[in-house]
Amino acid sequence: MAYYQNIFTQVQVRPLKPEHGVPVAVDDRIGKPFNSYLFGLIGNSQVGPIYIGYIAALSITCGVIAFEIIGLNMWASVNWDPVQFVRQLPWLALEPPLPKYGLKVLPPLNEGGWWLIAGFFLTAAILLWWVHLYRRARALGLGTHVPWAFASAIWLYLVLGFIRPLLMGSWSEAVPFGIFPHLDWTAAFSLRYGNLFYNPFHMLSITFLYGSTLLFAMHGGTILACSRYGAEREIDQIVDRGTATERAALFWRWTMGFNATMESIHRWAWWFAVLTTLTGGIGILLTGTVVDNWYLWAVKHHVAPAYPQVYGPIVDPAHLAPGPRP
Amino acid sequence: MAMLSFERKYRIRGGTLLGGDLFDFWVGPFFVGFFGVVGMFFTVLGTALVIYGAAIGPTWNIWQINIAPPDISYGLRLAPLKDGGLWQIITMCALGSFVSWALREVEICRKLGIGYHVPVAFGMAIFAYFTLEVIRPFLMGAWGYGFPYGILSHLDWVSNTGYQYLHFHYNPAHMLAVTFFFTTTLALAMHGGLILSATNPKKGETVKTPEHEDTFFRDTIGYSIGTLGVHRLGLFLALSAGFWSAVCIVISGPFWTQGWPQWWGWWLNLPVWR
Repeated sequence: MAYYQNIFTQVQVRPLKPEHGVPVAVDDRIGKPFNSYLFGLIGNSQVGPIYIGYIAALSITCGVIAFEIIGLNMWASVNWDPVQFVRQLPWLALEPPLPKYGLKVLPPLNEGGWWLIAGFFLTAAILLWWVHLYRRARALGLGTHVPWAFASAIWLYLVLGFIRPLLMGSWSEAVPFGIFPHLDWTAAFSLRYGNLFYNPFHMLSITFLYGSTLLFAMHGGTILACSRYGAEREIDQIVDRGTATERAALFWRWTMGFNATMESIHRWAWWFAVLTTLTGGIGILLTGTVVDNWYLWAVKHHVAPAYPQVYGPIVDPAHLAPGPRP
Repeated sequence: MAMLSFERKYRIRGGTLLGGDLFDFWVGPFFVGFFGVVGMFFTVLGTALVIYGAAIGPTWNIWQINIAPPDISYGLRLAPLKDGGLWQIITMCALGSFVSWALREVEICRKLGIGYHVPVAFGMAIFAYFTLEVIRPFLMGAWGYGFPYGILSHLDWVSNTGYQYLHFHYNPAHMLAVTFFFTTTLALAMHGGLILSATNPKKGETVKTPEHEDTFFRDTIGYSIGTLGVHRLGLFLALSAGFWSAVCIVISGPFWTQGWPQWWGWWLNLPVWR
């Protein structure tokens, strides 16, 4: 029985001549393909080649520049001590500009200037990568579903680091680079705006995140379970339904009274994943710009109960001090 | 009859784990089986108790309905019905219902002659639920440590439990779980997008092949895991997300009582650089 659960590939196929890929008009594929035994246990054993045209090269260059700026700033923050760099790495940060600089285009380098430059190059790298993905899809005659899904993730990234800071009038609103620092930012952001759990778009985003995980478990499990009937040949099954699809569909129909088709399950998948970052981005964009406290918002709209007042009234210190607000 | 055009030839007897032929029938599109009957019992009872709990509670507001576990002072004892006892019975009903659902899935797998991946995967979700509502409260010594049943109240529970450890993002198992959730969603977008792009190509083009799929991912990231491998990867990522979620909560309290940021002291105090 265990044999049919199809967890590992027991016989790896290795053609004498590795696949170079579907022929394209301009061929910038580099690297000599090789076979990996470990990869072959789970999926294809062939690794490479990779297509590096000028757009991909530019994207990778920008990415490396951003990575280096971030890393060198972190290293500088421990006085270029290599041991302390490794020891404190998870705590090190490249912080966005100080609040006093607002949206100033280039504040002093060590007070956020480097953050802006790193952000510029990282954004350039990501946008160029999107162009690269789009052109690769088109060159192969494919639809552009993968780049548009990627665009949804870019939307969340841009909201966090660019659009919302712009609306709030300060780069200091953006997320720092760093492992623990970006987690600190997330917690502080949630607390500052009255707990993000009360943000309905955060609720939606989490629902789609968990839903995506549920869907991939369901879909991955179904295809593997029906793999002895060739379910993994999904394109064949979409255009010419076979017994694998029929069994997969009936499994869910008999279980929960409803089933997707071999094509529509991938539409469910695509939308759930895309909506995770799409709704997440909306939730972040509204926070601080439209809604200042999600708990109070939720009470006002009868979503959250009004909890009893345990402590006396607390005055926001920002409203006490005269002069410019931080 | 709610039957698909090809369905009749698949509706055969046998494959049941319990009950033999007794419950081996369908109602509309649903297969019943012994575990369908048992599961229905738990589902109806559990749902009725939730509605009863709402009825004796202060509100019918769907967001605010809350069925709380017993107070900590009850420890691991049974509590009076209106004082957390409802929560205890509902938890038992939920587990009975979830396990019945999984076993009914096993029976359906056996009827269809397919692997057991889906019920096994569902088992991971049940395990995570069981960890939250039974294992951790048991280790902490009171059912009151379980999460309450309510849309907003369970969010408050997550918030409050998280801040009891100062900053839950520093929990290493939580880090892994979140990373797996994000990675699963990324992989799902890539897989769903790839299949759709191959079967819905540029206007005027014919449907593409797995060779195109492999080429797209080799061109862009240098490796294509392949049609079979991507489903193994997806299932692994999704199950890992559930597994590490269970780990991250069961170690909070029973095995680590300080703030999670403090846990990282071992790294800063490694002998090599202390």
